[in-house]
Amino acid sequence: MSNDAIVGTAVQVVLVSVLAPTVIGVTRQARARLEGRAGAGWWQPYRDLRKLLRKQSLRPHGTTIVFAAAPVFVAATALAAAGLVPIVVAAPSTTRIGDLFAVVGLLLLGTVMLTLAGLDTGTAFGGMGASRSITLAALVEPSLLLAVFALSVPVRSTSLTAIVTSVAAHPATVARPGAVLAGAALVVTALAETGRLPIDNPATHLELTMVHEAMTLEYAGSRLAVLEWASALRLTVLLALLVNLFWPAGIAIHTVTTASLLLATVAVTAKVAALAAVLACAEVFLAKLRLFRVPELLAGAFLLGLLAVSASSLLSVTAG
Amino acid sequence: MLAHVLLAVAAALGVTVPVAVLLVPASARPAVSGAGTAVLGSVAVALGVQTVRVGVVPVRVSWLLPLSGAEIGGDALSGLFVLLVGAVAVATGIFLMGYALGGHLPTSALVVTPAFVATMLLVPLAGSVTTFLAVWELMALSSTVLVLTDHHRAACRRAGLTYAVMTHLGFLALVIGLVTFAAGAHSEAFAVMSRSATALPSGTRDAVFLLTALGFASKAGLMPLHAWLPQAHPEAPGPVSALMSAAMVTLGIYGLIRIDVVALGDGPGWWGLTILVIGAVSAVYAVLQASVATDLKRLLAYSTSENMGLVAVGLGAAMLFRSAGQPAVAAVAFAAALLQAVNHAAFKALAFLGASAVQRETGQRDLDELGGLAQRMPATSALFGVAALAGSGLPLGAAFISEWLLLQSLVHAVPSHSPTVALAMPVTVAAVALSAGLGVATMVKAFGVGFLARPRSSAADAAEDPPSAMVTGMTLAAAACVLLAVAPAVTSPLFARLGTVVPGLDDGVHWDTVMQLGRLRGSMSPLGILAAVTTAAVVVITVVALTRRSRPTPTSVPLWTCGAGALTSRMQYTAGAFAEPLQRVFDDVLRPDTDVEVSHFAESRYLLDRIRYRRQFADAVEVRLYTPIVRLVGAGADFIRRAHNGGLHRYLGYGMVGLLIALVAAR
Repeated sequence: MSNDAIVGTAVQVVLVSVLAPTVIGVTRQARARLEGRAGAGWWQPYRDLRKLLRKQSLRPHGTTIVFAAAPVFVAATALAAAGLVPIVVAAPSTTRIGDLFAVVGLLLLGTVMLTLAGLDTGTAFGGMGASRSITLAALVEPSLLLAVFALSVPVRSTSLTAIVTSVAAHPATVARPGAVLAGAALVVTALAETGRLPIDNPATHLELTMVHEAMTLEYAGSRLAVLEWASALRLTVLLALLVNLFWPAGIAIHTVTTASLLLATVAVTAKVAALAAVLACAEVFLAKLRLFRVPELLAGAFLLGLLAVSASSLLSVTAG
Repeated sequence: MLAHVLLAVAAALGVTVPVAVLLVPASARPAVSGAGTAVLGSVAVALGVQTVRVGVVPVRVSWLLPLSGAEIGGDALSGLFVLLVGAVAVATGIFLMGYALGGHLPTSALVVTPAFVATMLLVPLAGSVTTFLAVWELMALSSTVLVLTDHHRAACRRAGLTYAVMTHLGFLALVIGLVTFAAGAHSEAFAVMSRSATALPSGTRDAVFLLTALGFASKAGLMPLHAWLPQAHPEAPGPVSALMSAAMVTLGIYGLIRIDVVALGDGPGWWGLTILVIGAVSAVYAVLQASVATDLKRLLAYSTSENMGLVAVGLGAAMLFRSAGQPAVAAVAFAAALLQAVNHAAFKALAFLGASAVQRETGQRDLDELGGLAQRMPATSALFGVAALAGSGLPLGAAFISEWLLLQSLVHAVPSHSPTVALAMPVTVAAVALSAGLGVATMVKAFGVGFLARPRSSAADAAEDPPSAMVTGMTLAAAACVLLAVAPAVTSPLFARLGTVVPGLDDGVHWDTVMQLGRLRGSMSPLGILAAVTTAAVVVITVVALTRRSRPTPTSVPLWTCGAGALTSRMQYTAGAFAEPLQRVFDDVLRPDTDVEVSHFAESRYLLDRIRYRRQFADAVEVRLYTPIVRLVGAGADFIRRAHNGGLHRYLGYGMVGLLIALVAAR
């Protein structure tokens, strides 16, 4: 790996780690304002993290190492994904390690570990959250893979650098039917993957509707802090991925200088913040779907992904 | 030369170990049988490596089989499968030494297990049709005996019958197909047959392809010939299931490659498409069944069917791409198929060994009766966890690499060459993606419900880790899983040599710490991903540790459970409940048989006495497809039985008529 790539990757990992709670803060604050509330301020998630880090860590009776290790594991997979996704730099050397499939897999690995932790507590809530979360994951994963596949076919590579570079060079390609359909599927799956409305309500603690929160009920103190930060990180990474796959403007490709890094950092921060605000606006107008209506939505995303792959595949026949 | 010596040693062991098990006192039988199997397996590993490196020059043993004689030899492809069977046998043999202690296996199983391993080793080394069919049948017979170990139970007898019938129907198809092939090629040696295959009329080639593919698909557990798997694997004793699922089923894939890819050579596009579609349907259907199964071994059996489906997808894609003139993509698909078979052998052996350790210690294989094993059987649980990760297709697991290769081959298929490819790709990707997602849910259920949380029965509560020999056997299999997941480059010499057998394979994958596709763009580094995750974990732990000063020391407390108070194990999710949302989503395909039985008090029908709820997942294909066929055969037999009324004069009459017809015909 070249020095440039190491510096660039380090910058983007640090940037995402530090700013991830801001993304949560911005969505909450924007939503509060739209609903006519004052809101706690966009820096509230940092205060929460500080509070949780000062609290005593509790180890519930009867839980195993799976429960204890899950928060760190979820955070580690998300952080590794943050290193592989082109957020600030599109470095070919990091995408040699892991491509789009690897990023999708890493995020799913985190979900799976949290699901196991939910089961490990042996509580009714833990099991419920685990069952729901794995059902969603089992349906999200295929749609995500299909959408990713549809984006990879025109470039003939699953390398994120290759895809982002190609889109940066030819911005018009994002208007192709395959890319548009894949984009729609990606948006739905990203919402499901990060537990946002209308699939899961991040603000709820009502047993009928909880998915993600049900699995984290038994966590307290520093473990909960890590878990909260990890879920903010996952949201940020997915938003950044989404925005850079379709609109990579400003990203540092190949040449990594201080100026280009700075520009890329500013650009991606602005784009992700804007997307987070859009997400908040959308959530104001969305109600949570009944749990058993969610699979219909995800089946829709799956079909969109399938159409996207077919479009990419068949249209390149006529083109070629 | 070395290969021949190893071959002779393996053959001698295959004969002497079963005899030795019979001769030694009963108390020594587990040790002799298990150690014998393990030694046979390690000789086979050496033989496999040697065969991959230099091959085995064919030898004819004319006295062994009547008329034709036996022909034993092998190339790199044979070597790969000998190695695979041998490695599975080593782990299973060591496991068996502990498993059979205390009368957990009868003498018959202890005698037949090493013999079964020996027959499996001979299948890839068979060099002619007669030899192949003979050892194939020996393998089927010995495995049938092993499935019937618990023959005093009706379910086991039924499984044995299903297996025996299906495997012999498959054998019949193989006999017809291979004999037709050999007759057309005027030789029964595989080497000669593959040279003259292209000269055969295309109708004959198609018929040979269909018949042999049918026979091998039934052995590999592909749809719709998979029905024996979910019956035979749960009913067979644990180590036998491991051998059958990890090694024997894979030999069906070997047959497909040996006959339908190598010997028959390039075929029309629909050959590959057929295999591809069968594989895709198998993968999705089997993983759906696995995701709702509550019997641990049945779940693993369906997962075998799913994985063989994925192997078939890779194989079919390779055939399709080869006929569409894309050898570089075909090479990647072929590598994906073989690597999937190797990975599957490693993690399925481990999973079945783990499941049988659980069954031995608790007497249960129903997930609804298990739970809490992570604290009671820590070694077994950790090892089963390795198998679940390896089999789920997630990064850091072995199956991720083979599925990654498969998806890469599909991404790089240039559809402009053929509309068939362009149409097949999206559907194939969808099938692979769906089976990957559901496969994760299945493995989470198997591990999470079976091993974590609290025990759901007193048997699970009292469980302990099994004897150390069993743990050693499982550890060996787990080491193979980890090695394949972290450093798949260890398999590169195998794949490099395979190019000599299957044309166009030399430029497939460049294995290194970073795996690279030969002439195509694409790379991935399992070791790099592991390093990234580990580094990230260390960073997170360090940052949290730096803030430790600001908080009180951690303490252990009862579960909060939203303030609900003490929980019983009946309050936790069961396997059925865990998979219920998935079952709802795929209701139309699974068609569960749900039964709610409400009984009232005699005094008032408004007072409920008890409610019984039962849900069963019968295999829809089995019910819809097999039952009518079995009924038809039964009706036919009934009709023919009218001719058999037991009267001697009638049989003499039949004899006379038959003789007359023969004489008239011969005139």
